[in-house]
Amino acid sequence: MRNPQLDANGGLTHLLTLEGLPAEVIVRILDTAVPFASIAERDVKKVPLLRGRSVFNLFFESSTRTRTTFEIAAKRLSADVINLNIGASSTNKGETLLDTVDNLVAMNADMFVVRHGQSGAPHLIATHLNRTGRTHVHVVNAGDGRHAHPTQGLLDLFTIRHYKRDFRGLTVAVVGDVLHSRVARSLIHGLTTLGTPEVRVIGPQTLLPAAVSAMGVHVYHDMREGLMGCDVVVMLRLQNERMKGALLPSAGEYFKHYGLTPEKLALAKADAIVMHPGPMNRGVEIDSAVADGERSVILPQVTFGIAVRMAVMSMLAGP
Amino acid sequence: MIDPGQGIDKVASLYIAAGKVAAVGTAPSGWSANRVLDAAGLVVAPGFVDLAARLREPGFEYKATLESEMAAAVAGGVTSLACPPDTDPPLDEPGLVEMLKHRARSLNQAHVYPVGALTVGLRGNDLTEMGELTEAGCVAFSQAEAPLVDTQVLQRAMQYAATFGYRVWLRAQDPHLGKGGVAHEGVVATRLGLPGIPSVAETIALATILALVRDTGVRVHLARLSTAEGVALVRAAKRDGLPVTCDVAAHHLHLCDVDIGWFDAQCRLVPPLRSDRDRAALRAGLADGTIDAVCSDHTPVDDDGKQLPFGEAEPGATGLELLLPLTLKWAAAEKIPLAGALARITAAPAAVLGIDAGHLLPGHPADVCVFDPDGQWVVEPKALQSQGKNTPFLGLELPGKVQITLVGGQVVFEA
Repeated sequence: MRNPQLDANGGLTHLLTLEGLPAEVIVRILDTAVPFASIAERDVKKVPLLRGRSVFNLFFESSTRTRTTFEIAAKRLSADVINLNIGASSTNKGETLLDTVDNLVAMNADMFVVRHGQSGAPHLIATHLNRTGRTHVHVVNAGDGRHAHPTQGLLDLFTIRHYKRDFRGLTVAVVGDVLHSRVARSLIHGLTTLGTPEVRVIGPQTLLPAAVSAMGVHVYHDMREGLMGCDVVVMLRLQNERMKGALLPSAGEYFKHYGLTPEKLALAKADAIVMHPGPMNRGVEIDSAVADGERSVILPQVTFGIAVRMAVMSMLAGP
Repeated sequence: MIDPGQGIDKVASLYIAAGKVAAVGTAPSGWSANRVLDAAGLVVAPGFVDLAARLREPGFEYKATLESEMAAAVAGGVTSLACPPDTDPPLDEPGLVEMLKHRARSLNQAHVYPVGALTVGLRGNDLTEMGELTEAGCVAFSQAEAPLVDTQVLQRAMQYAATFGYRVWLRAQDPHLGKGGVAHEGVVATRLGLPGIPSVAETIALATILALVRDTGVRVHLARLSTAEGVALVRAAKRDGLPVTCDVAAHHLHLCDVDIGWFDAQCRLVPPLRSDRDRAALRAGLADGTIDAVCSDHTPVDDDGKQLPFGEAEPGATGLELLLPLTLKWAAAEKIPLAGALARITAAPAAVLGIDAGHLLPGHPADVCVFDPDGQWVVEPKALQSQGKNTPFLGLELPGKVQITLVGGQVVFEA
């Protein structure tokens, strides 16, 4: 089965996942993002690439941060942006996901930025649009369940490339709740596609997917061992509801084993960078001394995120 | 003519009178036929027996009706079928069972054998009136897909059933381990970020059930095995002489979790499609007799139920009309003779049900299916009688085209 994000010629119609995306497509997105990163430093932060286009932020799961970065990206491309928090509207009245989409297409939407709690929801929308011949309407996955968050993965790749230049030769560790993390899945696919020789995941068995090694990563349960010689350390957010119960005994014990402290970071390479998709739980997965330290690139990630989203949107719906 | 139960596989004529098989091979003396059905080049077999077909009545008539699904049954050559108790309300009262039997009988098509609820409302707390339900027509008792959380209730249900010789049907799945899961916990679920149902959810429940069978002596049928480890456990239990039988759903013989592709909701099934290794074990288990029968696990689901994100989509697939084709496809690939394939959907499931069906013995009901074993057809909505048009096999060409179906000597389907 072909991934619905690619057309018959392998061109990008939607952005749903980084899995199976050819390396040259990923590199093209990253390259396109480079000039957009400098637009942000200009006096007039706008380009007219999406003038007259309507971008619908379709958020079935609330998220202020991701929605805002997509909104800023679309507005800097001169698109009209409409925000819909569906979690609080039509589905509660019994309308199905695809009915909602059809109604918005009838309002001449050009692009949907979709966040949904269910893995695969953006695929369902994209497949529906493809099947009904409306391939001029594009879908960008802004996070679906535990499955994928491709623009986050791309901004992580952009950040790594910015600081480390080349992926070949890097050792990257992804630490924490990989099981529930769409960020981790997207980043792992991106890293392996771009030829990163060593990708590690670090966490307790309760927070790692059963077959994670099949994604081409090395599994570590001991964080000290896993951080040894790393060039990049990516910390994942631990959701509040996972800090107690049967997955973990407590936030305190989690921090003791898997929190990134200056002392643990010293085991990585001297020039290793520290990343985090945000929002951070200081004192749970990351020590403030590291989060605010000189090796942290967490805030540049946010800035690059807008450029990467501009690149994706302009490539999908631009001239 | 093939009658696997009797080891008959020859070119012969079948004589039917007064709803029963009158003779095989030679006409009874003074025979004169009202009607002759020419089955030259076709296979004449006992009508098929399906151990799991949801008719959606009572309660879910918008998904399918008894009329549509009974038509689908005979179009698939199925002349006897067992329906699980997960209707709305569940089949936990004699009145409901009698009503279903009556409705089915009035349609004059396939025979319907209701499986009664093991506990009231399938809630897993209180035993149903199994005696009353048996008198009303229930052939066995099951929890369908409702979890039986309390092992003591399970033990008592099995003890009670054993006392009176009732059969208990169970699908082995631990109620806690599978909770929230929508796909086999393996490589595909990991990649797609789908909550998983681990294989141990089946094996742990199986171990519990088998220990209780050993303890109580109750006859248990294990519905829809899905794992390689499960097949191994049942094989060992049978070797030890435990009174257990089991079946596999036809789609599990052919599909595995990889077929989910990019979230194809057609592959949202219960139990979940597991790994290719599990599929190979199920196919081998069916071939060596560990698994007694193939069932269709027929579950009509409308488009609205499938046009949803994978985890929210309704599980199930239409199956009555695919039971023969999918069984033939398995047999052809495994080099199992036609009679052996048919045994798994005739004599074997009839024995599980304990009914007088699945054979062509003179003096017994003439439930017959005439089909073209080589006739290929494409699975598409308009080719299906069932109101449920959703199946992972849509668009595929399958062997085995049913031409004529007889129930009690009456022609109920002709292609």
